[in-house]
Amino acid sequence: MFNMTKNVVANLFSKSSTRLYPIAVRGHFEGFRGTLHINIDECIFCRTCMIKCPSQCIAVDNKAGTWTCEAMSCVYCGVCVDVCPTGCLSMSKEHRPVATEKQTMAYQGVPKKKKKEAAE
Amino acid sequence: MLETIPLSLDQVAAVAKECFDDGWRQVTMSAVDCGEAGFEIFYHYDKDLVMRHYRLSIPKETVVPSISPVYFCALLIENEIRDQFGICFSDIVLDFGGALYLEAEVRAMPFCKVSVAEKQS
Amino acid sequence: MARTILPFGPQHPVLPEPLHLKLTIEDETVVEALPTLGYVHRGLEKLCEVRDFNQMIQIVERVCGICSCLHALCYCEGVEQIMGVEVPRRAKYLRTIWGELHRVHSHLLWLGLFADAFGFESLFMQFWRVRERIMDIMEATCGNRVVVSVNVIGGVRRDLTPEQCKWIEEQVAIAEKEIRQLSSTILNDYTVKKRCCGKGVLTKDQAYQLGAVGPMLRGSGWAQDARQTGYAAFGELGFEPIVEYDGDSYARSAVRFRETLQSLDIVRLAIARLPEGEIASKVKGKPQGETVTRVEQPRGELMYYLKADGSKHMDRVRIRTPTFANIPPLLAMLPGCELADVPVIVLSIDPCISCTER
Ligand code: SF4
Ligand code: SF4
Repeated sequence: MFNMTKNVVANLFSKSSTRLYPIAVRGHFEGFRGTLHINIDECIFCRTCMIKCPSQCIAVDNKAGTWTCEAMSCVYCGVCVDVCPTGCLSMSKEHRPVATEKQTMAYQGVPKKKKKEAAE
Repeated sequence: MLETIPLSLDQVAAVAKECFDDGWRQVTMSAVDCGEAGFEIFYHYDKDLVMRHYRLSIPKETVVPSISPVYFCALLIENEIRDQFGICFSDIVLDFGGALYLEAEVRAMPFCKVSVAEKQS
Repeated sequence: MARTILPFGPQHPVLPEPLHLKLTIEDETVVEALPTLGYVHRGLEKLCEVRDFNQMIQIVERVCGICSCLHALCYCEGVEQIMGVEVPRRAKYLRTIWGELHRVHSHLLWLGLFADAFGFESLFMQFWRVRERIMDIMEATCGNRVVVSVNVIGGVRRDLTPEQCKWIEEQVAIAEKEIRQLSSTILNDYTVKKRCCGKGVLTKDQAYQLGAVGPMLRGSGWAQDARQTGYAAFGELGFEPIVEYDGDSYARSAVRFRETLQSLDIVRLAIARLPEGEIASKVKGKPQGETVTRVEQPRGELMYYLKADGSKHMDRVRIRTPTFANIPPLLAMLPGCELADVPVIVLSIDPCISCTER
């Protein structure tokens, strides 16, 4: 009985342990793997990310210069970010907003010219 | 690397009994598909954190004697191997007949590459 | 007496995951229990034939939604053994820290669910509130809450800064205080004891012969824990398993409760002794050979059998998860119990069905 009284009093005077969600949002820690971003201008279309991605959600076409990622199959492991030789992939700490449809991230870049072509 | 003790088909039950009486705990069994050569089944036992592995090599379509009368816990493992690889075991104490994961009506086994031998001794 | 067959699961308020039990009952007493599995079979073992051995790390992490780090740890240790890679000491300690944090959060999750199983909602909330602190540590240090993805072959991907270490120590201290506050409720409360003591008794011999692992085995009086084999940094940190002797649901929850506190101690010890140095060593070549590795998951001993043939795919990845080993003991515990105790007994093995079916 005494225990209970103590708890009741303590609970009355302590602040709420939940957040008022839409008003107070928790936010994420630094380094959280939230959303995948690509800086397409720096991408050299080497296809490393496509080969290493465990969920095989990246498709890179080195002729057409496209980089696509099926955002809904990405598991946010960050492997692609680690392996990209130019460091053009990055992850921001905000996660993707909820969506009603599957999304694909598609980017069009300038494919790298072969050395021979570039010399011409 | 992995030290295994070879095991022949007719020793399976006897060795299991021996281990049981000796106070070994059954960790699990692993089946490996070796393609043309058939299957390999490993029996892993543990006692005081030391493991012992028996390796049984069998051609395809062999019926392996079950060790579940000795180690009751082997029944799930044996049923699972039957589901996944189509290796039949004789006298499992609780035989799901290849329907541990699937419903009984489903007879095509999507889990294994080899077709399942329907016969079971 | 007339017998009735009662389906228990796959959807049941008390079950977090789909396990189906066919219970044959006589009046209110269970006489026989038959399991049916297969609701969440995903064929992850088979995926090793199409994904390369580095990608398998992310795949084995998804075998279990709660103890991902330990699956990856076990897999990586196996591949390292095959390839003869020496892991830097710092990486071993970091693996231990994250592995133990996983155990803490998994045990807290289970303690909450267990409280829920006998209808103690507020205790459930309390445990999960403490767990959130551990999840925060995970998110801040690994980049994700559950599937942390920090292990790579040869080491780990993230490092802890001294500030982070300090912050983890503070958080762990608070969590420990909060957990200790709950100890009298989960261990001494009259109602809780009434629901758990003497329910689902597994005798010492039975536990061993039926191949029980983890808290099931230790709750029945066997001091066996795969951490004694000294994986990761346990060889240097030393380890004493926690044992209870009654073999009932109460003993199992006591084991898990005490292990939670013990794991927090291990985290603290590992942080205090964290050596300086590299966090990953370079790995070259492809694995060839076979090996068996074991680690202690929150639910018990986890065993991997790995076979590689020198190509970039593994030949076979065999995963024996603890719940798979704990189902036969469950079948032995159920006959003779009352129907109302079935949820408590089923939950007391800490079932993780996704693990079981892979
Ligand atoms: S984060 Fe992982 S799953 Fe997502 S695209 Fe990169 S490698 Fe693939
Ligand atoms: S690894 Fe980087 S540079 Fe190479 S294709 Fe992917 S995003 Fe482009």
